[in-house]
Amino acid sequence: MGAGHGHRLHFHGHSVVHRAPAHLKLAALLLFMLVVVATPREWVGAFVGYFLVVCGVVAVSGVPAGYLARRMLVETPFVVFALAIPFIAEGPRVEVLGIAVSEPGLLAAWGLLAKGTIGVLASLTLAATTEPQDVLVGLRRLRLPAALVQIMGFMIRYLDVVLAEMGRMLIAMRSRGCDPRSPRHWPVLARSLGALFIRSYERGERVHLAMLSRGYTGELPPLERPPHRQVA
Amino acid sequence: MAVPVLDVRGLAHAYPDGHQVLFGVDLHDHRGERVALLGPNGAGKTTLVLHLNGILTAGAGTVSVSGLPVVPEHLQEIRRRVGVVFQDPDDQLFMPTVWQDVAFGPANRGLRGGALEQRVVHALGLVGMAEYADRPPHHLSFGQRRRVAVATVLAMEPEILVLDEPSSNLDPASRRELADILRSLDVTVLMVTHDLPYALELCERSVILSDGQVVADGRTYDVLTDRELMRRHRLELPFGFDPARIPGIGNLPA
Repeated sequence: MGAGHGHRLHFHGHSVVHRAPAHLKLAALLLFMLVVVATPREWVGAFVGYFLVVCGVVAVSGVPAGYLARRMLVETPFVVFALAIPFIAEGPRVEVLGIAVSEPGLLAAWGLLAKGTIGVLASLTLAATTEPQDVLVGLRRLRLPAALVQIMGFMIRYLDVVLAEMGRMLIAMRSRGCDPRSPRHWPVLARSLGALFIRSYERGERVHLAMLSRGYTGELPPLERPPHRQVA
Repeated sequence: MAVPVLDVRGLAHAYPDGHQVLFGVDLHDHRGERVALLGPNGAGKTTLVLHLNGILTAGAGTVSVSGLPVVPEHLQEIRRRVGVVFQDPDDQLFMPTVWQDVAFGPANRGLRGGALEQRVVHALGLVGMAEYADRPPHHLSFGQRRRVAVATVLAMEPEILVLDEPSSNLDPASRRELADILRSLDVTVLMVTHDLPYALELCERSVILSDGQVVADGRTYDVLTDRELMRRHRLELPFGFDPARIPGIGNLPA
C-alpha cells in the first residue's frame, strides 16, 4: 500500500513478530487469552508466567516498553472499576491498610486487573506489530463474518476522525478554563465523551446514507486493487 | 422540451415526529444545466436532496430522474443516476484507501478487474487526484478530500451530480480549483449552497427554497439582484459583492 500508512498503535519494525502472518498472530492471541481468562484467579504464579510470556514476545518484537506502557492507559477505566469492587462488593470483610473491604471483592479485583492487564498488553503487542489492514485480512482469513470485519474496517477508518474531534473538544474545554486531566473536571469530561458518542453515532448514520447513495446493499464488494497498475 | 434529468413535482415531506419540512416543491433540471439551490438554514434543502436518490420517500408528490420515478423498486438504478456529494467528506470517504473508496460505487454495480480500475483512474483523473489513489483518505487535505468525494460519485457515471455545500470549509484556492473541476465536467449539476458568488459563477439558474417552498426560480443574476426577494428569504450577498458590477456578467457562466 501507499506511503504514510502509519497508525497510532503500530510500531514500525521488521522483527519475527512483525513478519509473522496476521492470521497466525490473531489465532495465537485468541488462544492465549482464552487460556488466561480460563485460569482460576487464585493461581497467582500462572499469571506471573503469562505476563513473562507476553514480555518475552515484546522483547523479541523490539517494540520499546515505554511505547506500550503509554498505550496501556486505555485500561484506566477498568482499573478504576477494579479498585472500586472491594468497596462495593458484599461478603466477609478484611482489613487492608486500616480500611474494611470485601474479601471476595478483593479477589475479583485482582482477577480483573491481572487478566485485563495481560489481555491489554498482549493485544497492544499485536497492534504494534501488525498493520491494521493486515489485521483485517487476517480476520477475513480466519473466516470471521464479513459484517464484523466491515465494522472493524470502519472503526480503523474513523478512529482518527473521532480522535481529532475529541482533541478539538478537549482544546475547547481547556480554552474555557477546564483541565480535562484534573479529577475535579472528570464529570465534564464524561459528559463530553457522551457528546462525542452521540456525534459519532450520528456520523455513522450519515456514512450509512452516503453508502446507500452509492448502491450499498449490505455487502461490501471485493475491493482489491488489480495488480496491473495504470498509475505509478 | 426534452424529459428533464431531474423532475420534482409537488413534493411534500413530514418527518415521523410530524414536523413538516417540504410543502409542495417543484423543481426541474435539464441535461447539461447547472442549477443552484439557495435558501436560508432550515429551509429544507438537505431534506429535498435526500429525496432525490430515495433515501427519504415522498409524503406526497413525485421525483423522477430522466423519466424514471424514484420508487423502491428502482432504487439501485436511481442511486446510480443521482450522485450525491455530501457536505462532510469524512462521511463520504469511508474506505481505507482513496482507490477503494472511489471503486466502492461501481463495484456495487458489479464492475470488476480492469474495467473497475479504468473507471476509478478516470474519475480520479477528472478531479486531479489520480496520484493519491493508494493514500488513506484521512491523510489528505480537506480540499483534496472534497475532490475525492466528488470522484467517488463521478465513478458511478451519474446523470446528475448533487452537491451539498461544495464550497464549505474550502480555502479560496481549493474553492476555485473545485469550480474549475465542476466547470470542466460534462454533467448536469444541482448545487445546494449558501455561497452566492459561487452560485453566480457556476450556475446559470438558481432556485430559492424557503420554508419548504420554492419561492423563486430564474437566472442566477436576476435572483441575486432582486433585493426585496433576497431580503425576504434571509439571503445576503457577502460584503462588497455586487453582481451588477462584475464586468461581462451577461456572459456568465461561461
